[in-house]
Amino acid sequence: MTDPTPIPDPDGVTDEEIRRLRWQCRRGMLELDHLLLPFLDRDQGYRALDPVRRAEFVALLGQQDQDLSNWFMARRVPEDPRVHELTQHILAVVAAYKS
Amino acid sequence: MPIPTRHFDALIIGAGGAGLNAALQLAGAETSVAVVSKVFPTRSHTVAAQGGVNAALANVLPDNWHWHMFDTVKGSDYLGDQDAIEFMCREAIPTVYELEHAGVPFSRLDNGKIYQRAFGGQSQDFGGDQAARTCAAADRTGHAILHTLYQQNIRAKTHFFDEYFALDLVRDKEGVISGALVLEIETGEPLLIEAKATLLATGGCGQVFRTTSNAHINTGDGCAMTLRAGIPLMDMEFYQFHPTGIAGKGLLITEGVRGEGGFLVNKDGERFMERYAPRAKDLASRDVVARSIVTEVKEGRGAGENADYVLLKLDHLGADVIDKRLPGIRESSRIFAGADPIREPIPVFPTAHYQMGGIPTDRFGRVVIPARYGSEEIISGLYAAGECACASVHGANRLGGNSLLDILVFGRLAGKDIIEYVRANPHRRETDPASLEQAMARLTRWERTGDGVPAHQLKAEFRKCMEDHAGVFRTEEVMAEGYGKLCELRERFKDARLADQSKVFNTARIEALELENLIDVGLAIAVSALNRKESRGAHSRPDYPSRDDINWMKHSLYYRDGDRLDYKPVRTKPLTVESFPPKERVY
Repeated sequence: MTDPTPIPDPDGVTDEEIRRLRWQCRRGMLELDHLLLPFLDRDQGYRALDPVRRAEFVALLGQQDQDLSNWFMARRVPEDPRVHELTQHILAVVAAYKS
Repeated sequence: MPIPTRHFDALIIGAGGAGLNAALQLAGAETSVAVVSKVFPTRSHTVAAQGGVNAALANVLPDNWHWHMFDTVKGSDYLGDQDAIEFMCREAIPTVYELEHAGVPFSRLDNGKIYQRAFGGQSQDFGGDQAARTCAAADRTGHAILHTLYQQNIRAKTHFFDEYFALDLVRDKEGVISGALVLEIETGEPLLIEAKATLLATGGCGQVFRTTSNAHINTGDGCAMTLRAGIPLMDMEFYQFHPTGIAGKGLLITEGVRGEGGFLVNKDGERFMERYAPRAKDLASRDVVARSIVTEVKEGRGAGENADYVLLKLDHLGADVIDKRLPGIRESSRIFAGADPIREPIPVFPTAHYQMGGIPTDRFGRVVIPARYGSEEIISGLYAAGECACASVHGANRLGGNSLLDILVFGRLAGKDIIEYVRANPHRRETDPASLEQAMARLTRWERTGDGVPAHQLKAEFRKCMEDHAGVFRTEEVMAEGYGKLCELRERFKDARLADQSKVFNTARIEALELENLIDVGLAIAVSALNRKESRGAHSRPDYPSRDDINWMKHSLYYRDGDRLDYKPVRTKPLTVESFPPKERVY
């Protein structure tokens, strides 16, 4: 089961879109807050994605917290390789910011 | 322009385990029920609970509810109300079976019965051998429970208001709670939801502290609404800290790391726990380890650029042991601390984990306050359940496996009681315009422009102040200084402004409203802690190191008005069995 999520604007990233997504990045697990919110805020994060990838990020936000946590924490690998790539990209962007 | 209004028999604010279990009882009884949740319900913090639910099913080892009750009373350091604890431990059994029938996929034994694991603080035969009492759905118990309850609620046609933020409770002309004013986050428009009964199930307030294991959503909203309604919060000084959270992030690093041979060092590489606890060292009790870490930092021996954490070293265990026995720790540390523990230590600091106190209720979830006729007079039509509530089953410290139990038992019983209440009080209550206006003022104040400190700037300062002055290190001097700073922050917040005046998904405004809640609840913690001059359970004071049953075996009640405190006695008489008298707590 996935949650309802908004559709990104194909023409570019709007402030309203970021605000809307910010609320979708608020999760029940702290580790997800610490990954998704910084990814949304970083220059090389959500705003740097192409429209297809942005749509994939929005779809990712529709996944369940438990699944997201398992994928980020390497307890499981997502079946869809595109999802796996995206989760790895998010980890890399957030890690780069820290260092 | 009039505010749009909806009417229901029952309004539930919060969609975690407590709120959803209450809603399910109500929807099943054909009572119209609305659930307001600021995030999509399955993103509530219950999803993060991994441990399990205690219930004396005796599927693995002999057990009974009376032993469970003994462990809970002892764990509470004798501050828990023994009637509520007896009730919870008895109700645990049917509650777990009800969840099983609803579809929660509990882990199983070979004989098909629910598997039960051993947890700390559990015993057989009143303090004897280890018990096995915790029912779990693998390592995703909270997730399994939350999803099952949500799906059952959808089937039962519970009305969900997803992504609505509750602003404040409202009252009718007689002063009876008539529902709440809420804000649709997407549009920024207010909505009045009137109901014959209102249940607060908004979870904990961990975001009060800078370092916490709680998700960002845990901002004490229900507790703050209660305070603003003139109702006190109970036992708020009892806040459970875990000694080792990832510094600056708060994520828990399990005690198992130290159990496997990991140890703490300061910036000089000194194993400082040898000084504080020469025998137990790194395996000393949680409060001792937490306070030792803070002492090292306060005295300038912290590590890192800001000298504000210590180091948890486990590289000597080797990669094989770390990967085999501590799964997840390496990944957590690499992602959130940027340190691979096979080569480098993990930066750690005590992290705020669980709120034992909250909105005072009886065992049916009814909010009770001291009034003319006694210390526990029921507030008509107002209920609370879950971490935001205090039925007083955890007292001064909570046992592992009892938090999910608390939310499920009292959510369920509150739902059942509301059904009876609505039947006995079938008439709609109309909100007093003055009360509505007061609630609206909470929203409209953020429309003021002009000079003023940006709201978000105060947040970090406030949370740091709470951590430094109302966290694990609690002496008179430290807390009194902190109270002064918090009062000053509260005053400055009155002049805070928002730069973003947009309506659609204005998350800055929601965060400002949350910060107001955090400040109210933070003051409740700070004032209650400053005034309790003893050490009991999670409230540990070096200047009053002993438990004082003569003067302090009583519950604190904090009122927002004038930061006033009152006290009420602990209910030491259980429902059907003999009391457990206070004893020294030895494990």
